[in-house]
Amino acid sequence: MQEADKSLLVVVRHGPYQGQLAREALDAVLTAAAFEQPVSLLFMDDGVFQLTPNQDGSAIDAKNLATMLAVLPMYDVDRVYVELDSLNLRAISPESLTLPATPVGGHALRDLFVNNAHLLSF
Amino acid sequence: MKIAVVVYGSPTGSGAAASAYRYVSAALELGHEITRVFFYGEAVHTATALAAPPQDENDLLSRWQQLGQARELDLVVCIAAALRRGVLDADEARRHEKEACNLAPGFTLSGLGQLTDATLNSDRVITFGG
Repeated sequence: MQEADKSLLVVVRHGPYQGQLAREALDAVLTAAAFEQPVSLLFMDDGVFQLTPNQDGSAIDAKNLATMLAVLPMYDVDRVYVELDSLNLRAISPESLTLPATPVGGHALRDLFVNNAHLLSF
Repeated sequence: MKIAVVVYGSPTGSGAAASAYRYVSAALELGHEITRVFFYGEAVHTATALAAPPQDENDLLSRWQQLGQARELDLVVCIAAALRRGVLDADEARRHEKEACNLAPGFTLSGLGQLTDATLNSDRVITFGG
């Protein structure tokens, strides 16, 4: 199988503290990275809230998800994208995000879906 | 075609788990190969042996077990997601000093590597729920 056939796009569409989805998405990404599967990560819809700064889950006894996401560069997950419209709709500035994420929209967004062999959505 | 199926949806809280079953049945009927069914997130509840639905309701667990046995399906439940939600096999119950285990026969607890492996070795990955 060719390298291109193994690539994985993980799409994160839910907020950071809605159940376990965000954590379990991160686990799936880290596992793929540990297996050296080429993995790209796209935050869109309410998923962009996972990247907002100054998160504090202590009042609801939740671990800070932004802190957990900060391990991604250590696993060489550097293809991180964020959907521009989702940011704009929620008045979040791309500069404020807790991870270096490339804002995408239009053709670049479409290409992400086209150029990855598999998609997992959380 | 080699197809991996990933299920996130709770068996009772969404239609996703039932849709996944119908999809797998249909794909097998059409001659496709199901490389693995991976139960993740809330879908791990699909594999509890203790669910006792009324007799006139769809018994999803039995249907998965029957199909799994008939077609030798690899029905894998994510171990981390399962432990978090109280779906344990005998080994895990012992390890975590719990009084009982409830993973239904026909299902296996295993790691997320099985999900990665399924995506690496399948032509398509089809997701239900999430």
